[in-house]
Amino acid sequence: MRKFVISAVFGAVLAASAVVGSAFAAGDAVKVEGQDWSFSGVFGKYDKKQLQRGFLVYKDVCAGCHGLRQVAYRNLLEIGLTEEAVKEYAAEFEVPAGPNDDGETIVDGELLVRPAKLSDKMVPPFANEQAARVSNSGAFPPDLSLMTKARMNGPDYLYALLTKYEEEVPEAFLKEYKEKHGEEFVLPEGMSFNHVFPGYQIAMAQPLSEESVEYEDGTEPTLENHAKDVTAFLNWAAEPELEARKSMGVKVMIFLLLLSVMLFALKKRIWSDVH
Amino acid sequence: MSDVQWKNPVVKWVDERLPVFSLMHHSTVGYPTPKNLNYWWNFGSLALTCLIIMIVTGIFLAMSYTPHASMAFDSVERIMRDVNYGWLLRYLHANGASMFFIVVYIHMFRNMYYGSYRAPREMLWFLGLAIYLAMMATGFLGYVLPWGQMSFWGATVITNLFSAIPLVGDDVVTWLWGGFSVDNPTLNRFFSLHYLLPFVIFALVALHLWALHVVKSNNPAGVEIKSEEDTIPFHPYYTIKDLYGIAIFMIIYLAFVFWAPNFLGHPDNYIEANPMVTPPHIVPEWYYLPFYAILRAFTADAIIYIPFGWFFITPKLAGVIAMFGAIIVLFFLPWLDTSKVLSAKYRPVFKQFFWIFVINVLILGYCGAKSPTDTLFGIKLEIVSQVATFYYFAHLMVLTPLIGWMEKTREVPNSIAAAVTKPTKTEEA
Repeated sequence: MRKFVISAVFGAVLAASAVVGSAFAAGDAVKVEGQDWSFSGVFGKYDKKQLQRGFLVYKDVCAGCHGLRQVAYRNLLEIGLTEEAVKEYAAEFEVPAGPNDDGETIVDGELLVRPAKLSDKMVPPFANEQAARVSNSGAFPPDLSLMTKARMNGPDYLYALLTKYEEEVPEAFLKEYKEKHGEEFVLPEGMSFNHVFPGYQIAMAQPLSEESVEYEDGTEPTLENHAKDVTAFLNWAAEPELEARKSMGVKVMIFLLLLSVMLFALKKRIWSDVH
Repeated sequence: MSDVQWKNPVVKWVDERLPVFSLMHHSTVGYPTPKNLNYWWNFGSLALTCLIIMIVTGIFLAMSYTPHASMAFDSVERIMRDVNYGWLLRYLHANGASMFFIVVYIHMFRNMYYGSYRAPREMLWFLGLAIYLAMMATGFLGYVLPWGQMSFWGATVITNLFSAIPLVGDDVVTWLWGGFSVDNPTLNRFFSLHYLLPFVIFALVALHLWALHVVKSNNPAGVEIKSEEDTIPFHPYYTIKDLYGIAIFMIIYLAFVFWAPNFLGHPDNYIEANPMVTPPHIVPEWYYLPFYAILRAFTADAIIYIPFGWFFITPKLAGVIAMFGAIIVLFFLPWLDTSKVLSAKYRPVFKQFFWIFVINVLILGYCGAKSPTDTLFGIKLEIVSQVATFYYFAHLMVLTPLIGWMEKTREVPNSIAAAVTKPTKTEEA
């Protein structure tokens, strides 16, 4: 048994070093505060009411510039929206409808379109990167489908990003920056100051503030709540399988623990005549 | 071989024409295994388990994956979202690769600790190294397939290593890419090769097992099997022990799959490949990090580079030579180790140097993960990786033979049976 414990410890150390290595491999991510998420932890689950509020924030604020191209309208049913509401929402967008019976996709210089259906992927706000840059003074608002997975500590980072804007660059920051880098921090024209965005300057103006969105379920429309809800929604958009994954995990672990206890007992018994 | 009398008429009929049942019997029930193997000997069967999981999940993933530069990223997301249990398949496959490497690294360190590479097991060791090399290639090719930022830039950096080859380097790289940059032809061929290599690994594993069954397992005592007293049949003793090990392994592996599936990956790989945007830090997967550190240790002003400079070898080529050399040198280990004793259990000096070597490899891994300008204990990583690289080769090429000659070893037991009964009262296994 002693040997087994040593083996297990060594294995764990090696695994841990791999973990540490990979964490470091992600580079110099800015340290962000950890938040309490209903979906974190072993038994984590999404709070559907929160996802619906988050969708509201996305729809009213983010969707103007940021797409969710990996998500289909039908997926929105999973967060508890009614089929009617989703159909109505989808119909606000247009998708290419061609070719028609004559094999044309463009008629009189106009692309043939139809309203989007449940089965369509969510329509991005801009046709392509160039169009997006033209409308955003050169900046490119990224697609948000995978944003929480594409950043270190995704949800915590996103929440911090949305809440850590400053209208003026703080004096304390300027001082600290100069001490560290030996030069003045200059915020370029058109950029906003943000504590956690790499380089401390971001092309996106502060998107959320108090009462950005009207909540219908009585939740306080504070900046923190908006940020939290939209982050939860975007985490769902990135990991819609999370609940299924974690609940399957619990069942599998219970099975495996029982199995290993029984296998260990069997091993003991089979080995009892050795020596 | 066919000393078994089969009672079942069907089995008997088949076996007389193709002795598969006799072969199975011979290599399980009839296969004598040292009775003193500890749990470190579980990692061989664990590695085979990993390989099978990787091949099975990989075949199903390939059914839904599209190897095209403009569709690969989205096809992976489709697997994650719309394919039934696609997320499970992909997370099993991605984390399975990491687990496979952890298991194989432990398997290799166990081999080095107990001197399992020594005569008569040199072929076994060579085949193991060949499997490891094929795994490295397969892992690299597979990481490119999701076509994320790290996929693309990792592929660019690693394929560019070949440009260090004198005279023909650039042509070789163009040939590897199938074009003038990493692009769709590169992705196509990488997919093809990523599907091929696991079956090459499988064939190498068959040879590895064949060689094992010729020379038989080494054991913690490092003495050969002398009589029947030393052995027990593989089945049922080691089949049950291996099964128990697999169950424990699955708990660790699946904990990653269900609760931290992206922990061992890089967030940048959830951003689609973009040739116009270079990530701030390009890092390979964790299992290549020690070699990545060796590669980067050879800068023009590094002391370890000086001898290469005499032969007009560029620092880049020196790094590439050292990186591949770090594995090539392992092939010579059976002769670099001059000790009469195999197992570190009876080699007090070597035992300590072994652990220093393990720590040195971990330090190299750390250096590979971080930027060369970062520090460890206040020392610049650039310097740390140069020293650690030097020590890696010094341990294998200088210290190993020297310790073998000079070390005063402890008394080795006469036989496996003697090793088991003598030292401890509470020998569990």
